[in-house]
Amino acid sequence: MPEYQTHVHDVLVIGAGGAGLRAAIEASASGVSVGLVCKSLLGKAHTVMAEGGIAAALANVDDRDSWQVHFADTMRGGQYVNNWRMAELHAKEAPDRVRELEAWGALFDRTADGRILQRNFGGHRYPRLAHVGDRTGLEMIRTLQDHGIHMGIDVHMECTIVQLLKSGDRIAGAFGYERERGRFKLFRAKAVVLATGGVGRAYKITSNSWEYTGDGHTLAYDAGADLMDMEFVQFHPTGMVWPPSVRGILVTEGVRGEGGVLKNSLGRRFMFDDIPENYRPQTADNEEEGWRYTQGDKSARRPPELLTRDHVSRCIVREIKEGRGSPHGGVFLDISWIKARIPHAAEHIKKKLPSMYHQFKQLADIDITQEAMEVGPTTHYIMGGVRVDADTQMSTVSGLFAAGECAAGINGANRLGGNSLSDLLVFGKRAGEFAAKYAVGQKAADVDGSQADAAARRALEPFERGTSGEGPYQVQYALQDMMQDLVGIVRNEGEMKRALDCLRTLRARAARVGIGGHREYNPGWHSALDLHNLLTVSEAITLSAIERKESRGGHFREDYPDKDPAFATFNIVTRKSRDGSTEVSRAAIPPMPQELKKVVEEMK
Amino acid sequence: MGQTATFRIWRGNGHEGTFTDYATEVTEGMVVLDAVHQIQAHQAHDLAVRWNCKAGKCGSCSAEVNGHPRLMCMTRLNQLNLAKPVTIEPMKAFPPIKDLVTDVSFNFRAKKSIKPFKPRPPDAPDGTWRMAQADVERVQEFRKCIECFLCQDVCHVLRDHRLFDEFVGPRHMIYAAALEMHPLDVEQRARDLKDAYGVGFCNITKCCTKVCPEGIGITDNAIIPLKERVIDQLYDPVVKLLRMFR
Ligand SMILES: Cc1cc2nc3c(=O)[nH]c(=O)nc-3n(C[C@H](O)[C@H](O)[C@H](O)COP(=O)(O)OP(=O)(O)OC[C@H]3O[C@@H](n4cnc5c(N)ncnc54)[C@H](O)[C@@H]3O)c2cc1C
Ligand code: SF4
Ligand code: SF4
Ligand code: FES
Repeated sequence: MPEYQTHVHDVLVIGAGGAGLRAAIEASASGVSVGLVCKSLLGKAHTVMAEGGIAAALANVDDRDSWQVHFADTMRGGQYVNNWRMAELHAKEAPDRVRELEAWGALFDRTADGRILQRNFGGHRYPRLAHVGDRTGLEMIRTLQDHGIHMGIDVHMECTIVQLLKSGDRIAGAFGYERERGRFKLFRAKAVVLATGGVGRAYKITSNSWEYTGDGHTLAYDAGADLMDMEFVQFHPTGMVWPPSVRGILVTEGVRGEGGVLKNSLGRRFMFDDIPENYRPQTADNEEEGWRYTQGDKSARRPPELLTRDHVSRCIVREIKEGRGSPHGGVFLDISWIKARIPHAAEHIKKKLPSMYHQFKQLADIDITQEAMEVGPTTHYIMGGVRVDADTQMSTVSGLFAAGECAAGINGANRLGGNSLSDLLVFGKRAGEFAAKYAVGQKAADVDGSQADAAARRALEPFERGTSGEGPYQVQYALQDMMQDLVGIVRNEGEMKRALDCLRTLRARAARVGIGGHREYNPGWHSALDLHNLLTVSEAITLSAIERKESRGGHFREDYPDKDPAFATFNIVTRKSRDGSTEVSRAAIPPMPQELKKVVEEMK
Repeated sequence: MGQTATFRIWRGNGHEGTFTDYATEVTEGMVVLDAVHQIQAHQAHDLAVRWNCKAGKCGSCSAEVNGHPRLMCMTRLNQLNLAKPVTIEPMKAFPPIKDLVTDVSFNFRAKKSIKPFKPRPPDAPDGTWRMAQADVERVQEFRKCIECFLCQDVCHVLRDHRLFDEFVGPRHMIYAAALEMHPLDVEQRARDLKDAYGVGFCNITKCCTKVCPEGIGITDNAIIPLKERVIDQLYDPVVKLLRMFR
């Protein structure tokens, strides 16, 4: 019988990025006991990598901004399949959540009159992103971390949850292992908050770290919760493409916000060639106006480089496919050209985009103040995730909550840059608050030991097969190649059906993976266990993408290249059926209340 | 490139270990962490290493490469002499766990021992503050810290003299400095800086500053001003006198 240590908390938060930390802080502040689990060390979660900023309608830079405009921008960006209630709460509460960070010690860049400075970003009508140079995520996670460590939260670092535990229909805790010794841990909890981030590691080219294996999505799915919108994966237009070892690493949209332009091999600013109808009124039609916008001219409209990410990505793919790409299969992103416009441009760029400057200098031997970068799309973010109630963030399983990237709803078919960091704060707080409330009303549920024993036995199987089995990395690479090729930026029915076949084969291979060595800090073992999660989310993405027979936001199908109004009325839901197969269904989007409809109409 | 290079990697647990040589192919643009991953994928599945961002942003992948404390993800192979084996070892100031992974929990305890941020009352009725960019920038330099702990690794007070109970180390000196120089902070830390955080143990060798991947002026901009602050606030007779009457 496998042994394990038991920990008891009222609320267990899984994930210590922005969403998890914010949830833990909120739950803890309300007086319940809180455990916080994360796969890496504290402060290393993905949130640390965020660059550009936090979207909130503070209206510090442009007083025409308001929650209504932010709401309308978010809905337009999400192509109206967002959960409108979440978009509303998000737009209304984000400013307070940002100000709260300042009260906890965050130091954002300032306006001339000493308030929080805001910058332009794709899809946001006014300068809206509170930021610190291009290391906003670091500022945010450090602020939450440094605040949180004084709140009596029990932090379990380098600990991976492999299964949620239930008692009847309700959540009862979680089971996992700690990396250092490989020992098992059983957490008993009245409420569990998932804040595990995304799924980018299912693709070959991604800006995401090893942690992004869709764990929270899979834990929820296996526990019987609904996943929603899984077809909507965001491919960020600007990832590094050269040298090969850095392929996929993000180049912040802030480069374009500061005046950077996209060009093809002919030197043409190709983004002017295709401006979608619904964005035409607010997009500049000449270079001069676009430049003025990036320099804060309120009467100017934004340059087409700052259109939504899905659109910019597809334009880049088009240029590359039609033979107008850069030498290493991308296009050019140029910020150095601004030296023609402003004095001391090199210093200005280094100051506004310090980590981009270093990233290119150190990793690609390119000085971005002097020459153009080569960029191409990279898998960045998943809009889909655990289906939750807008106000409380509770999933369809009682006592199981989700917030941040692993939850669905706020972003619809496409996320606007900067809306994730604000999402983490707004809904992290809500999840923490309502999980604590839920926990207070509950007696501790019984955990029947057999669930934990079974999870432990499953976790140890790769050791039994030993090194005679196939290596975990080989299966992971095969999956990443397959998803990139068959369920990537441009999709079609035939390829996705093939992807489903491949997934079956890969599942069989995953079941035969074996590893050597001991349980102590063994990455091979961890990668073997991650395979189940990667396969689960890949299947959910593929099935949902097949079901959505249209193109919308991050989901583009060459066999249905247009938006279909009939598909604007529902979200696609995947859940585990009794026989273990995945059930795909359509969930109608409830009608928007009159006052929100009015806001959307007015801002069109 | 397209050549083969040898990496001499420390393999071991908390008690013992040895260097093992791995030969692997090297291609254009590779960093040390890529080589480690390649070896992990094809030759040693259980090779333990920490990493997250692969872009110098998270501070997870600290190690000693050819004896120099570095972020493995930001160390290009074309900067190293590949004719000889490249040695990769864990940070030596911290207890080893396995292979390249060390027990850095000291740092989390040290940080917790420092009095947290305490802001002055808000400046505006809406609960917000006004701060000038120039005042913010001074502190922003310290807040660039990615907690890679390379400075802690090279500080002789910790590495050689093992004074973990007496000195919080350069990382936490800049953490304290960021709080002390924060335009809004009103907490008193001078006494603690001297007695609990051990600012006096630093004898300004500047080794920490030299290895900081974020280029933070740890000694000149943080530790020296803190030392001055301690002297001003604890020993300056006028200040002392004023205190007595407060
Ligand atoms: C390079 C980059 C730049 C970005 N820039 C921006 C930006 O400027 N603005 C913006 O709004 N968004 C940005 N994003 C997106 C945003 O950073 C992420 O969506 C967001 O940080 C996710 O936060 P989270 O709290 O949901 O998850 P994360 O911060 O990823 O945290 C996930 C946590 O869950 C833990 N975890 C996962 N699985 C398990 C498990 N099985 N057991 C235990 N713990 C687990 C992890 O260890 C981690 O602690 C960027 C993303 C990237 C990659
Ligand atoms: S300058 Fe001070 S803190 Fe830095 S390494 Fe030397 S003794 Fe340590
Ligand atoms: S101060 Fe520099 S060297 Fe020290 S932990 Fe921070 S980033 Fe690393
Ligand atoms: S992996 Fe993040 S700093 Fe190296």
